[in-house]
Amino acid sequence: MSTLRRRSAAWLPPLVVFVAVIVLWEVSFLALEVKSFLIPRPTVIFTALGAEWPTLARGIVYTGTEAIVGLAFGVALGTIAGLATARWATARQTLVPLGTAMSTIPIIAFAPITINWFGFESQLPRITIVALMTFFPVMVNTVRGLTNVDPAAIELMASYAAPDGTVLRKVRIPNALPYWFTALRIAVTLSVIGAVVGEFFGGPLYSLGIYVTNQTGSFKYPNAWAAIIMACLLGIGLYLLAALAERIVMPWQRRADSAAGE
Amino acid sequence: MGSASAALRRRRVALAWILLAVALVVVWEGAKWLFGDPWRIHGSLLGLPIDIEHIPPFHSRIASDLSLPHVWLVFTAFVDPAQRQGSPLGLILAGQALFTLREALTGFALGGSLGLLLGIGLVHSRLAERAFVPYVVASQTVPILAISPLIVVATKAGWLSVAIISAYLTFFPVTIAALRGLRAADARAFELMRSYGASAWAVLWKVRLPSSVPYLFASLRVAAAAAVIGAIIGELPAGIPDGLGASLLNYNQYYTSGPERLWATIVMCSIVGLGFVGLVRLSEWLLTRNRYRPVEALAA
Amino acid sequence: MTAGAGAAAAAGGGAALVVSIAGVTKRFGEGDVAVSALEGIDLGISSGEFVSLIGPSGCGKSTLLRLIGDLTSPTNGKVLVNGKPARRARLDRDYGMVFQAPVLMDWRTVARNIELPLEVMGHSRAARTARSADLLKLVELEGFATRHPWQLSGGMQQRVAIARALAFDPALLLMDEPFGALDEMTRERMNLELMNIWTRTKTTVVFVTHSIPEAVFLSTRVVVMSARPGRITRIVDVDLPQPRTADTREDERYFELVTTVREALRGNEDRSASAAARVRAEGLA
Repeated sequence: MSTLRRRSAAWLPPLVVFVAVIVLWEVSFLALEVKSFLIPRPTVIFTALGAEWPTLARGIVYTGTEAIVGLAFGVALGTIAGLATARWATARQTLVPLGTAMSTIPIIAFAPITINWFGFESQLPRITIVALMTFFPVMVNTVRGLTNVDPAAIELMASYAAPDGTVLRKVRIPNALPYWFTALRIAVTLSVIGAVVGEFFGGPLYSLGIYVTNQTGSFKYPNAWAAIIMACLLGIGLYLLAALAERIVMPWQRRADSAAGE
Repeated sequence: MGSASAALRRRRVALAWILLAVALVVVWEGAKWLFGDPWRIHGSLLGLPIDIEHIPPFHSRIASDLSLPHVWLVFTAFVDPAQRQGSPLGLILAGQALFTLREALTGFALGGSLGLLLGIGLVHSRLAERAFVPYVVASQTVPILAISPLIVVATKAGWLSVAIISAYLTFFPVTIAALRGLRAADARAFELMRSYGASAWAVLWKVRLPSSVPYLFASLRVAAAAAVIGAIIGELPAGIPDGLGASLLNYNQYYTSGPERLWATIVMCSIVGLGFVGLVRLSEWLLTRNRYRPVEALAA
Repeated sequence: MTAGAGAAAAAGGGAALVVSIAGVTKRFGEGDVAVSALEGIDLGISSGEFVSLIGPSGCGKSTLLRLIGDLTSPTNGKVLVNGKPARRARLDRDYGMVFQAPVLMDWRTVARNIELPLEVMGHSRAARTARSADLLKLVELEGFATRHPWQLSGGMQQRVAIARALAFDPALLLMDEPFGALDEMTRERMNLELMNIWTRTKTTVVFVTHSIPEAVFLSTRVVVMSARPGRITRIVDVDLPQPRTADTREDERYFELVTTVREALRGNEDRSASAAARVRAEGLA
């Protein structure tokens, strides 16, 4: 009973805001007879969504694949690099500032180059971009999580004469999980951005990035908005999946902690 | 003792940068040696005839002169004129970089203030926090850049619309950090202020804002990088002729006639990104050194 | 051999020495900035003893405990545990350790926290589960096995840490101010419980504390230390009857011993104060 009330307390206010915004948007545009091409009413967007669905569905699958595959590579490589880096103090102290600096480089600028490498037809350009964009935050946070360990916990393991591998498995990796999942959430949002923006430089007509640009260029704003909403849902969907995975893997984590995880 | 080890660490980081650069060049040119296009030098040096020919054992499209120009060509591209009888590319790119930097700076200022104000607003109302924070988080899962064409068309404001996109990417880390930082002070500090009968305004000025400074700066570093990325990407569909994003599109179009110009533009983009974040770190160091305990950066 | 003889002389009885420390000094840093944490420490601890180390901050009592546990190494001198070098003893898992903070792993349940050392040492799952169930009973936390540490109070967390230290039945228990973070009432209750556990397990205990009453109540011997450099200034034998109960705290002898330890500590203070005065006087002259 009380948990039900607490849960509803968490999702009720945002839900109210959502419904209020949609209704206000629709009603005010109708009542004030706003003839806006740029921001159509929600119902207009939904109609466009229905009409354009075959194209949009292909776009979601295409762009979504790029985001997910790139994400998988970036996260896997970032984790491996983080595990390797954390083991040696020198590597850690030099590579972490380097990684932080590298993540300030606008990697998206490489998008045209990757298209020249792999061709217009391929999904590899976006996959490469997404993998590069997600690599650095994952690496840096993995190292942080593996090394920001309570020194007393390390002493405790030393008192058991536990070998390094055991300390890694029993202390460092569990300790790193919250950091890693924070990085995963960042990486997930970056992955959709990377895939869509990478497509600005070239891709098939139905890919979400190209579709939005084209429809905007020909003033078909409801279509553009429909595609944008699909891209949003893709991003939000992946984010929720990451949050769900976090809940499943770290059931011990307090709610308050996971909320502050960003 | 601490400063000595810090100096050592700085030297190591500098060394790592140099090593990284060397490794990059070695891998780059190594790939070209093994997989690139064949070349031949035919001429004479000091009266001695020279005839060296290199035919790489393998071939890959990625390492061809078109895909991967020689490292030195990328650097000489900065000095070479961008067009016939034009000024050197480096000078042109510097101008474009300044244009992008103006957008990024405006976006950074707008987004930063918005983020801080939003944080201040949300920290004072649990209900508002619960209602809006999910949207603050969700706003970042929205590929804003998908909306950028619309924003650019809607505002018809040229570089200012790009700054708005940049601001959108900037406000998020600042809001999250502000929410954390404004609550970071010791609970007893709040009780102390309460015992003085201090107003919410006074608590904000005397306790909340000062305690949030390290958190804010940590987030501003992230925000600075995001501002530059937002500015470059915002320019892509903007259709304005200036800025690094426009240069990327431009040299991408003429890629076959000079791939090194696109590479040079990418180098310039990286310099702007690193430079802007460096500037933020410098001001952080100047303003907070010896005053605050360092806080771990909140996110990479 | 000679080192062992010195430690044996410092030990109370003739029983087998669990800990023997001979001529140990410990310095931190090098050259001009070197700080001497311990100077000329000799101490022997027999099987079944409960020895407290007490002294002002900076007297090196925690360092001494860490030397016994081989969590740090002495600059000079010898530390033997169960007749072996401290390092060998650590590798043989001869002792259990309890810190001031409970140092529980958030991601493990209470039972699995207790089982942690057994996992490291490769015990079977069945053996681990049986052992943690026994220990939960011993520290009176039955029914909390599947909780997570953050769902427990500070006192309960520390009981879990004690159970964890006892999990592999070590001959020696090292405790570094385990109750320092608890309030006075909880601390007194925990002291009683620790006495119960000690009476039942007959483990040798080395216990670091700031609290005079705690040291006297728990110990068979109290080692009084002074700071800068850390030395042992006096060893007080506590001849209170066993088992110790709540009534022990009202025993007249208990108050006498508390006074004795307090005076021993104050003696240190006076000495260092007079030394400081002398330095000042010489400076003026």
